[in-house]
Amino acid sequence: MNIHEYQGKEVLRSYGVSVPNGQVAYSAKEAVDVAKQLESSVYVVKAQIHAGGRGKAGGVKIAKNLDEVRTYAEEILGKTLVTHQTGPEGKEVKRLLIEEGCDIDKEYYVGLVLDRVTSRVVMMASEEGGTEIEEVAEHSPEKIFKEVIDPAVGLQGYQARRLAFNMNIPKKQVNKAVKFMLGLYKVFIEKDASIAEINPLVTTGDGNVMALDAKLNFDPNALYRHKDIQELRDLDEEDAKEIEASKYELSYIALEGNIGCMVNGAGLAMATMDIIKHYGGDPANFLDVGGGATAEKVTEAFKIILSDKNVKGIYVNIFGGIMKCDVIAEGVVEATKQVGLEIPLVVRLEGTNVDQGKQILKDSGLNITAAESMADGAEKIVSLVK
Amino acid sequence: MSVFINQDTKVIVQGITGSVGLFHTQQMLEYGTKIVGGVTPGKGGTEVEGVPVFDTVEQAVQKTGANASVIYVPPAFAADAIMEAVDAEMDLAICITEGIPVIDMVKVSRYMEGKKTRLVGPNCPGVITPEECKIGIMPGYIHKKGHVGVVSRSGTLTYEAVHQLSEAGIGQSTAVGIGGDPVNGTNFIDVLKAFNEDDDTYAVIMIGEIGGTAEEEAAEWVKANMTKPVVGFIGGQTAPPGKRMGHAGAIISGGKGTAEEKIKTMESCGIKVAPTPAVMGDTLISVLENKGLLEKCTTHKA
Repeated sequence: MNIHEYQGKEVLRSYGVSVPNGQVAYSAKEAVDVAKQLESSVYVVKAQIHAGGRGKAGGVKIAKNLDEVRTYAEEILGKTLVTHQTGPEGKEVKRLLIEEGCDIDKEYYVGLVLDRVTSRVVMMASEEGGTEIEEVAEHSPEKIFKEVIDPAVGLQGYQARRLAFNMNIPKKQVNKAVKFMLGLYKVFIEKDASIAEINPLVTTGDGNVMALDAKLNFDPNALYRHKDIQELRDLDEEDAKEIEASKYELSYIALEGNIGCMVNGAGLAMATMDIIKHYGGDPANFLDVGGGATAEKVTEAFKIILSDKNVKGIYVNIFGGIMKCDVIAEGVVEATKQVGLEIPLVVRLEGTNVDQGKQILKDSGLNITAAESMADGAEKIVSLVK
Repeated sequence: MSVFINQDTKVIVQGITGSVGLFHTQQMLEYGTKIVGGVTPGKGGTEVEGVPVFDTVEQAVQKTGANASVIYVPPAFAADAIMEAVDAEMDLAICITEGIPVIDMVKVSRYMEGKKTRLVGPNCPGVITPEECKIGIMPGYIHKKGHVGVVSRSGTLTYEAVHQLSEAGIGQSTAVGIGGDPVNGTNFIDVLKAFNEDDDTYAVIMIGEIGGTAEEEAAEWVKANMTKPVVGFIGGQTAPPGKRMGHAGAIISGGKGTAEEKIKTMESCGIKVAPTPAVMGDTLISVLENKGLLEKCTTHKA
């Protein structure tokens, strides 16, 4: 789960990890009120959306006085920012972070991620702050330093020191950088983060080391034990269909195409998108109904697929193992009747009780095209929507 | 022969009294798996489906001599259940549970260092040696005894591959689901190694998906060590970057873990990759034909 920068900074602050003073604002008036309290000579007005690249898209402004804070706040709020992470449709700005400006000496990078090769959390650091770490990795990999962390003891002081020296933090600020890194690791572990990226981390003229930006993502599987983090979820930043699907424990991801898919199992669901593409079609979504799909779940899945106006046809691809094909077929028939399907529907069933399943579809009198195989079904739905 | 499990494997079920554990205990018993006990803390002394239930894994092992455990414990308690099985010195622990927090698995993986237990999963369908032993949630009847090893990160895609093989008259030695999580116990290379050393396995199907670099590492291993033909498939060629495709581990991040990269590496290491999931079986058959192995691998009438 993704959260906003200002929320991430609040979490960091609560752990004693150094961040600039600042607060969220939902209107220009609130922005000015926050700025007044900051008693600074320079302010930063930052758009809060769940995407990177805000600066380049005009979502970050430096204000020299309260009037400028108001002007920039009015300009950015309600604006749709298009960055390389938002997609072409962009994202509307509904919240701002108003922060005190700070006297930056130099920008660095610090990040924590899971390293899948070692099954450990790894801290990465670089003196190339401000640019994306993937870019640094491509152009100057020798400037990225890594420490693999033993979960039994956690990040050790010597590891943080080694990173600080390797990334050329000025000697007099090394201890502050070490404290920062140890705090960041503590947040990561105690809050079950999946990504914690501080880019840039900055050293300042007054001798501080702080997070100028903060990107924190959290492991959805661990949210049950972090009520405080759950409350930071901003539904405005998520796809409405994905939110609806999650209520029914359906795994749904919206895509750009016009063929809706309903599949059991994540692997088969991905492979179904692939085979549609292979036959020249475009999948409208990823949808895994899970192992225990009931008629109710299938119905909800249909409704969600159909709420996407781009959808011109649906492909149901089920391998019924433990879950029997006749049960699935009944669910499909029931759902089709309920939602009053008007677009082509191709169903491919395989597995336990497949013959009964196919018979149920046939006897339903509904306009359902049965497929003989996964490939046959993909070909059929592609030709039906053309 | 087979890998990891066979007709002599004695299995206990952790979480046997839960609805999922109970249902699959019935299914496994029906298949002929030797389920010798179950564990649910607080339910010790009772019986489920004629199987004795114990409070701890340690007790279950002492009383039954079990050497494998299958875990159907809810995600919040699953890491603990795995460590309990490891502590009881099980040869094998298979964790079916989906949704275990990643940090829990990082700790489990550290805990397991130097211990004897092999963990398969979590978030996997389990392991089956056809007509001998089924541990997990896969539909038993689609599998036929034979000589092709199957290893996969996905459940339903494994069934798909197995079904295609069985329909074509090609049986399987063992099918291993390693699971869809970013941190797991057994990886592709562990299973490939086991298949390479198994006299009864003549060829392998390896099914991967987007996310991580496990397929690339496995491909390099195959190129350097594998004496048997391997074919593959990678799911998620059309998946957008930055989105978790159902499985916790199926995500392209920072431009890494794409299907394109995996397929390229696999092909360059001599692994023939099926262009669509519909032809995983056909792809293997064409390779078996080329290597003169088709007859040896044909175990029953198509």
